[in-house]
Amino acid sequence: MSNNNERKHAIDMSSLGRSHAGLSLDNEEIAINVRSLKLYYGDKQAINGVDMRIPKNRVTAFIGPSGCGKSTLLRCFNRMNDLIDGCRIEGEVDIDGENIYGKAVDVVDLRRRVGMVFQKPNPFPKSIYENVAYGLRLQGIKDRRVLDEVIERSLKGAALWDEVKDRLHESGMGLSGGQQQRLVIARAIAVEPNVLLLDEPASALDPISTLKLEELIYELKEKYTIVIVTHNMQQAARVSDYTAFMFMGDQIEFSDTDTLFTNPREKRTEDYITGRYG
Amino acid sequence: MSVINNKKVGWFRSGTPWVWMSAGTVSISLVMVFGLLLLIAVRGLGYFWPVDVVAMDYTERDGTEVRVMGEQRETERVPLERLIEAGYPLENHHGDVERHLLKVGNRDLYGMDFRSVIEPDVKNRTIPEDVVVIERHEWGNFYGFLVSVKASGVVVAEGTAARTELKQRLERSLALHDEIKHIEKSDIGAINYELERLRLKQRKLMLSNTLDAAQEQAISAERTEAQQRYEHLQKKLTGLYAAINRDSVVVRSIEGREVEIALSKIVRIYRPNEMGYGEKLLHYFSKIWEFLSDEPREANTEGGIFPAIFGTVLMVILMAILVTPFGVIAAIYLREYAKQGPVTRVIRIAVNNLAGVPSVVYGVFGLGFFVYFLGGNIDALFFPEAAPAPTFGTPGILWSSLTLAILTLPVVIVATEEGLSRIPIAVREGSLALGATKAETLWRIVIPMASPALMTGLILAIARAAGEVAPLMLVGVVKLAPSLPLDGNFPFLHLDRKFMHLGFHIYDVGFQSPNVEAARPLVYATALLLVMVIVVLNLAAIHIRNRLRQKYQTGH
Repeated sequence: MSNNNERKHAIDMSSLGRSHAGLSLDNEEIAINVRSLKLYYGDKQAINGVDMRIPKNRVTAFIGPSGCGKSTLLRCFNRMNDLIDGCRIEGEVDIDGENIYGKAVDVVDLRRRVGMVFQKPNPFPKSIYENVAYGLRLQGIKDRRVLDEVIERSLKGAALWDEVKDRLHESGMGLSGGQQQRLVIARAIAVEPNVLLLDEPASALDPISTLKLEELIYELKEKYTIVIVTHNMQQAARVSDYTAFMFMGDQIEFSDTDTLFTNPREKRTEDYITGRYG
Repeated sequence: MSVINNKKVGWFRSGTPWVWMSAGTVSISLVMVFGLLLLIAVRGLGYFWPVDVVAMDYTERDGTEVRVMGEQRETERVPLERLIEAGYPLENHHGDVERHLLKVGNRDLYGMDFRSVIEPDVKNRTIPEDVVVIERHEWGNFYGFLVSVKASGVVVAEGTAARTELKQRLERSLALHDEIKHIEKSDIGAINYELERLRLKQRKLMLSNTLDAAQEQAISAERTEAQQRYEHLQKKLTGLYAAINRDSVVVRSIEGREVEIALSKIVRIYRPNEMGYGEKLLHYFSKIWEFLSDEPREANTEGGIFPAIFGTVLMVILMAILVTPFGVIAAIYLREYAKQGPVTRVIRIAVNNLAGVPSVVYGVFGLGFFVYFLGGNIDALFFPEAAPAPTFGTPGILWSSLTLAILTLPVVIVATEEGLSRIPIAVREGSLALGATKAETLWRIVIPMASPALMTGLILAIARAAGEVAPLMLVGVVKLAPSLPLDGNFPFLHLDRKFMHLGFHIYDVGFQSPNVEAARPLVYATALLLVMVIVVLNLAAIHIRNRLRQKYQTGH
């Protein structure tokens, strides 16, 4: 069983034609630094003190069984958890050297710097153009030329331009699921964030759309620090440079993806990636 | 036996009886709705059709022979005993007897428009070719025969020559009548409005002790100028009146009495018995157009009901404009900002209960709070110069709209809240994750997406408001409004004015009219129109909602 799984990973990784060899956290510039982060929903603790350094311009994947806190942790990075009643956070998250839970932090500005893509594609009931322009309009940008330019660049960046360039003013709801998810990514990168958080972005997509999305993620890491939550281990192995395995609110193991999948340090990690539970 | 039982039980358990029962209920509802519409449509629309005028010899109860003529409006079968009891000498008859309701008109001669005749006493029923029906501004219709046409008291045409002469002269007098009406209503109306404005201006300056000689002179100069214009118009009117009163027509009723009618009093002359089908159809549509576009005459039993249509629609539109922001803001606060807990629960229960308060209670509230308190204070603060005559401290269209806005507020709040709660959290998060604040997310994403639900609330509100009569009787509706709430005098929309309303018009014509028989078909016609106005308002709102739905559809 274990052998079988490993062979599969090897195939998957070679199919994308890249190598993780020689990656080490010690040589990376750190984009997000999580320090003893604890999160409570009311009385219930959901994250039990996580320390983590997420490298810049790399893809970092969070894997783990359902309810292990990986999405919750991701949502801490742009303070989406603030919206939930009774949610309390202890510890620090430094992004670009600044604690985002500090008193002087402007949440609106933070969310501009840390973009997010959700599990289900959630385009706004507006045209494709207006969907991508949304974040820019919020910043007060009205100049048509600037908007046109950014929208073209973002849609190209999200590998959607060729499919929608002739119908920019049609509703974004009319696109297929995979196209919608790429539209949402274009919307997120239009405001030029530093970090892109992807919360199970492919879970509602068919295999071909998933493949396209994974290729896109691979391209996007040139410009953005990407954190992706996935419960598909093959996907994590395919797209990520680093992987964190979480379990019951604890970070069990965090290392470069090759090491984590081929030579896990922890017994629980090995059990999970070989499919013994989860 | 048990097999049959099983079959029965199986049929019962399959749910078939429930399907039949619900289908039956739906059918009954549909039949009732269409039956109601059909009834009022037939009764209401039949009224405008030009019926043949029938002449007959009739033996009265006391045995005297008379000739009567009129339109046969209704026929019913009456038990013999009842007629015998009423004094008809019908002892030799058996079974039920037909009784006809004749519209004989000529109220100036007979004192009433309608009389009933029973079939056994009718003899020699004819349809005379040359009957003329004259619709008059006063005294209702005249049914008779043309004798001669007079100008300044001198006969100018008789017999068949009179027909063409009459046609030409009537056209002239109708044109003159329109001109007189125009001058009296709009030109002199505008001058009166201006004079009143000047009086109020002067009084205002006097009250604040700032009236100096220069201002007084300016005002009196303006007043003299207006007076002069008025006198000029008055002179013109005198001329027009002399011209319109020149001609008259002499007609003879069926029993031979001759009556002279001034052409200035005549609305329309027609000969139903000579009309072909096409002519009748034309006449029919011109009558319907008159009903829709004209003002009422003769205590609302003749003419049109345009002011009532206008008042109803304007009041509903004002109501919609007032209730929408109120309801939407309240719903947004309740759903999006207020901390959900016992307090919001109590508020929701209170809002829902408001929808169940009888409408007349809102009328009393409107009268006490809006008219007397708000209106009274507005008058004291802003219109002291008009005192003691109230401006806003009296029922009017603004207070009616506001009262109905409060009445329909719960519907809008509940529907909007429902719509807001259905916007998926994913879309809100998508907006927030792009750096939008909560308010930006609300205005740019959530409210547009909830707008179809809001429109649903508004549709229900309009349906309810357009049909309400009871509260309006307290806060602004009148039997006959001298002027529309919207006209050419600045500031054009006169929110303080009283107005006419179709619902109240039905009540007034149906229950308060001195001429019950004449008014009954009008009640049906007005009811049909009220239903149609509500349908049109609703269709407009539904159309807007469907457009919004298409624009903001969720899902894929």
